Amino acid sequence: MSRGNLITLSAVVLLLILFPVLVANVEAISHYLDVMVFVGIFSLITMGLSLLMGYAGQISLGHAAFFGLGAYTSGILCVKVAVSPWLAMVGGTLVTAVVAYGVGVPSLKLKGHYLAMATLGFGVIVNIVFNEEVELTGGPSGLSNIPGLKLFGLPLRGELLFYILVWSMVLLVLIFCLNVIHSRVGRALRSIHDSEVAADAMGVETARYKVMIFVLSAVLASLAGSLYAHYVGFLSPSSFNLLFSIRLVMMVVVGGMHSLWGALLGTWLLTFLGNEWLHVFKDFDILVYGAILLFVVMALPEGLVSVVPRLSHMWRRGRESEGGTGGT
Amino acid sequence: MPERLSHELKSVMEKLSLGGQLVQYLFTGVTVGSIYGMVALGFNIIYNVTEMINFAQGEFVMLGGLIMVLCAKVLPLPMAFCVTLAAVTAIGAIMERSTINPLKNATVLTLIIVTIAVSILLKGIAMFIWGKDPYMMQPFSGTEPLHLFGAAIQTQAFWVLGISGIVVLLLTLFFRKARYGKAMLACADNAEAARLVGIKVNLMVLLSFALSAAIGAAAGAVITPISLMEYDRGALLGLKGFGAAVLGGLGSFSGAVVAGLLLGVVESLCAGFVSSGYKDAVALLLLLLVLFVRPSGLFGNVEASKIKKF
Repeated sequence: MSRGNLITLSAVVLLLILFPVLVANVEAISHYLDVMVFVGIFSLITMGLSLLMGYAGQISLGHAAFFGLGAYTSGILCVKVAVSPWLAMVGGTLVTAVVAYGVGVPSLKLKGHYLAMATLGFGVIVNIVFNEEVELTGGPSGLSNIPGLKLFGLPLRGELLFYILVWSMVLLVLIFCLNVIHSRVGRALRSIHDSEVAADAMGVETARYKVMIFVLSAVLASLAGSLYAHYVGFLSPSSFNLLFSIRLVMMVVVGGMHSLWGALLGTWLLTFLGNEWLHVFKDFDILVYGAILLFVVMALPEGLVSVVPRLSHMWRRGRESEGGTGGT
Repeated sequence: MPERLSHELKSVMEKLSLGGQLVQYLFTGVTVGSIYGMVALGFNIIYNVTEMINFAQGEFVMLGGLIMVLCAKVLPLPMAFCVTLAAVTAIGAIMERSTINPLKNATVLTLIIVTIAVSILLKGIAMFIWGKDPYMMQPFSGTEPLHLFGAAIQTQAFWVLGISGIVVLLLTLFFRKARYGKAMLACADNAEAARLVGIKVNLMVLLSFALSAAIGAAAGAVITPISLMEYDRGALLGLKGFGAAVLGGLGSFSGAVVAGLLLGVVESLCAGFVSSGYKDAVALLLLLLVLFVRPSGLFGNVEASKIKKF
């Protein structure tokens, strides 16, 4: 891991440890811990999506479906079959991996717009299934009474324990993804992003790597779905619709799709915007989302993370010129 | 096709013979299908000139419907129709000038995301203006259904078919005869070469957005009396229209119309005889199948699709 990543990682871990302490002491934002659990859950999805979009250069507009597959498999296995939650979670990832492989192999042969539309179509179909298979999923009225998680016989009740669980997973996945990027696989992925033809010519098995990263991102989304199911305890198809797929892509793009840190930043910002700060707009938050997305793509194509180096560069230059005038 | 219509159909259906049912479903399918065909045409026009897919295409239909409802309240129908077309055309042109045009040398990913952003924005604006409830509109001529071959057919269906027929005719004439139409086709063939012979490619891109917005608006305006219209209808209409465009071979105008009709009929038959809940899935499943098995489309040219960038 590079030095820059290590420093950022330490800073993030420090913030994550301080956050519950800070939040517990300020009454007005005490529910932020709950929001942070969602940020963690969504981060699991967006990190995978960031690998897929920013590194492999493929777009998926159907990741809400994988998130939903994980959530519903967990929920259904726990509620209808009474399987233990952890086992159900593994079941969810298996189901999702198989589906993602089945969809991924033919989809990833497609380029650009076709791939976007194929994943979009897939996402909508899965959402229709969630709505229609009332016997299994509860249909539009939802699936409720999903049990919570237990760790070593200890029930994970309350936000704090879940916060610790979710963010530990996020950190593990983050370190894993950072390592992937700097490995042989990561280099192969970036070569696909730059030019698939060139990568092919150099002997990179582009098809295999693309499917691999697609399945990995789907499995991460499924894992997030299972955690979501057990944390919220209730599932409804509307949480896994097209708009959510688009929001996931937005999180990655707004933060900066060429960086995992960007995905985390974007997820944090958009989840807080969506769950907290945009409540004043009620239903019109969609208008604000559209505006934000459009602004970022048009004005900051590299995402919000690109602002940090640019600012520090400006600051350094400003200081240098200041130092210069002081010297003379 | 909205739920309300499905329910109405269901009650009518029970009184009909099997043959009558078939005619009924076929007619509904062709009506809805011609809308998909028009949306597909919109996709194709933009694709042909710019090689990009406009994810906001469905929103043009939605805006066409809702603006038409608004205009029809104060203006006579033909006037309302023209105003609707003009308004949505302007929206399409503004979209191109403000978001597509400033992005030079953007990647496919960026273009996809930009059009998605515009579609969200348009949806949000529509919700801001019209709220979330679906809007009804009186049919253009009479509410009494026509009885044909044992089926009851809404008169508005003929308006839909007529208007889409006229759209197809005008488009064909435009691309075959008109100077600008030919220039647009030239951009489709080779933008660089078109620029060399003095065609303003920039202007053609603007024109393609305006034109496909107008077609979307026409589709929305005629279908609203049958299917109602609300702010979030655009995405699914766009997706199915894209399905038709791919099925017919992306870029092919005749393919788009035929595939649109086919999609509408298959969907309507599925809704009638199999399951109404899954009728939206059928069209999408068909889209996925075609994408996976034969991305150049049923009527598309395999060789030609290899040359295209995307």
